[in-house]
Amino acid sequence: MAAAEIDVKYVAHLARIALSPEEEHKLSAQLGNILGYIEKLKQADVSGVEPTAHAFPLVNVTRPDEVRPSMSNEDALRNAPAKANGLFIVPKIVE
Amino acid sequence: MLNQLTLSELTAKLANREVSAREAVQACLDQINRVEGKIHAFISYDAADALGQADAADKLLADKGKSANLPLVGVPIAAKDVLSVKGQPLNCGSKILGKFISPYDATAIQKLRAAGAIIFGRLNMDEFAMGSSTENSAFGVTRNPWDTSRIPGGSSGGSAAAVAADECIASLGTDTGGSIRQPAALCGVVGMKPSYGRISRFGLVAFASSLDQIGPFTKSVRDAATLLEAMSGIDRMDSTSVPQKVPRYAANLEGGIKGLKLGLPKEYMIGGLDMEVKAAVDAAVKQLEKLGAEIIEVSLPHTDYAVATYYIIATAEASANLARFDGVRYGARMDGADPIEMYGKTRGAGFGAEVKRRIILGTYVLSSGYYDAYYLRAQKVRTLIRNDFLKAFEKVDAIVTPTTPTAAFKIGEKSDDPLQMYLSDIFTISCNLAGICGLSLPCGFTKSPKLPIGLQLLGKPFGEETILKIAHTYEQNTGWHREKPTLT
Repeated sequence: MAAAEIDVKYVAHLARIALSPEEEHKLSAQLGNILGYIEKLKQADVSGVEPTAHAFPLVNVTRPDEVRPSMSNEDALRNAPAKANGLFIVPKIVE
Repeated sequence: MLNQLTLSELTAKLANREVSAREAVQACLDQINRVEGKIHAFISYDAADALGQADAADKLLADKGKSANLPLVGVPIAAKDVLSVKGQPLNCGSKILGKFISPYDATAIQKLRAAGAIIFGRLNMDEFAMGSSTENSAFGVTRNPWDTSRIPGGSSGGSAAAVAADECIASLGTDTGGSIRQPAALCGVVGMKPSYGRISRFGLVAFASSLDQIGPFTKSVRDAATLLEAMSGIDRMDSTSVPQKVPRYAANLEGGIKGLKLGLPKEYMIGGLDMEVKAAVDAAVKQLEKLGAEIIEVSLPHTDYAVATYYIIATAEASANLARFDGVRYGARMDGADPIEMYGKTRGAGFGAEVKRRIILGTYVLSSGYYDAYYLRAQKVRTLIRNDFLKAFEKVDAIVTPTTPTAAFKIGEKSDDPLQMYLSDIFTISCNLAGICGLSLPCGFTKSPKLPIGLQLLGKPFGEETILKIAHTYEQNTGWHREKPTLT
């Protein structure tokens, strides 16, 4: 496999996923395998080919900017892990 | 038994008051009690709520003036655990959503309700629809009703197994790379992935937004047409839904296929194709020819790149979509000293192995320095794959292939080798990349053990009418869809 080495620890940090050392080890090997397989895309001739982001791009989909009924504050907070005074509670961000 | 009926058989009996909606729901609940211990298609179901909806449907059925224009009144339909149903749990087969209760109905669910359907049950699935076997669920494995030592396919394995085991009349699933068609094939039912944009994705928890579509699992092609018609159409809550007119799919099934041109892609005759699957598909193609279709060989030269392209695009989109599961606004939070630690611990504990693998792969292919080499290149190859299909469709009305290279495999057989698992989607993945429509219907069985084999029909963008007609004509001339698993 001529695949690029993947620094699992670093990428997992970017993805905000805490991994155990065993998980890191296992993922390294599996992702190396998958990246090795993906390498085959390098053989495709894509010169002059435009990328497709969506199969049926609809451009400039707009609607009138008007107030419509939306979810209540109470409903939006119903599934919150921690809440108070109509707000989500999170750990302290600034000292 | 009422739970064994097709949707169109049940609606006929309900309309002439031969049976009640309550009896239909009760028959499904009784079957669930009988077989769920072996199958485990459902994560949960709310029997009292389903019976309440049935009583409301029976009131409508008592008044012809009220029920005549409701094509699904009194029909029990179950939904994959990735679709929001107001007041019901939504877990996506994951631990990370904790005790989440949906605050609203998905548009597809709203539309089925508006047509009179009874929505009940949360069907098991691979976590966040990532998988091909339903082994990646945090709620346990679903088993194939034809052989409970085997997988039902995935990611919509619960949706396929529930219909095959007659635990509901029809169900909904989602298809990002084959997650409707592959389990439909492996469980011996009809499954359809509509063209991208045909059905609104509002209220569907996103996996890969440019590939995901909702679609039906049914016991006949007619039923698939009925549900597609009920769910299709533009929705202002999903800006990728298309303003295309919704045809009368169910009314336009008849008329035969004389003169239609069907393409056989030569690239799909791969080495890993099982001999019994090949024989069943060859026989189906012969039958279609006998029914008046003209068979033409076509070429989809970039097929070999489809799986690699898919795993870059789908994981990249997933890494962005699943960023929202961070323990802030919903779900099972793990505490941390600061937000970064809270996110990491919440996601580390809440996501299963396959979801972590895909998020990390997706993050990698989008990361600085690798974007052009992986993601941008994959999007360009996607264009080539899409052009292959558009070119083939200049010559033919639809394309015929096997749905899967083999029949259902054993539980555990591929769960330690993600790459082998990914390669089992080889025939279904291109359809999502190209944005076209596809369906799978039963076309035979392997000998021993007896396992279903699926035939895949791929249609032009918004060509659902054509592939439904071909599938219906084939089904009317074969008996495969009437066979049932023994489930003793």
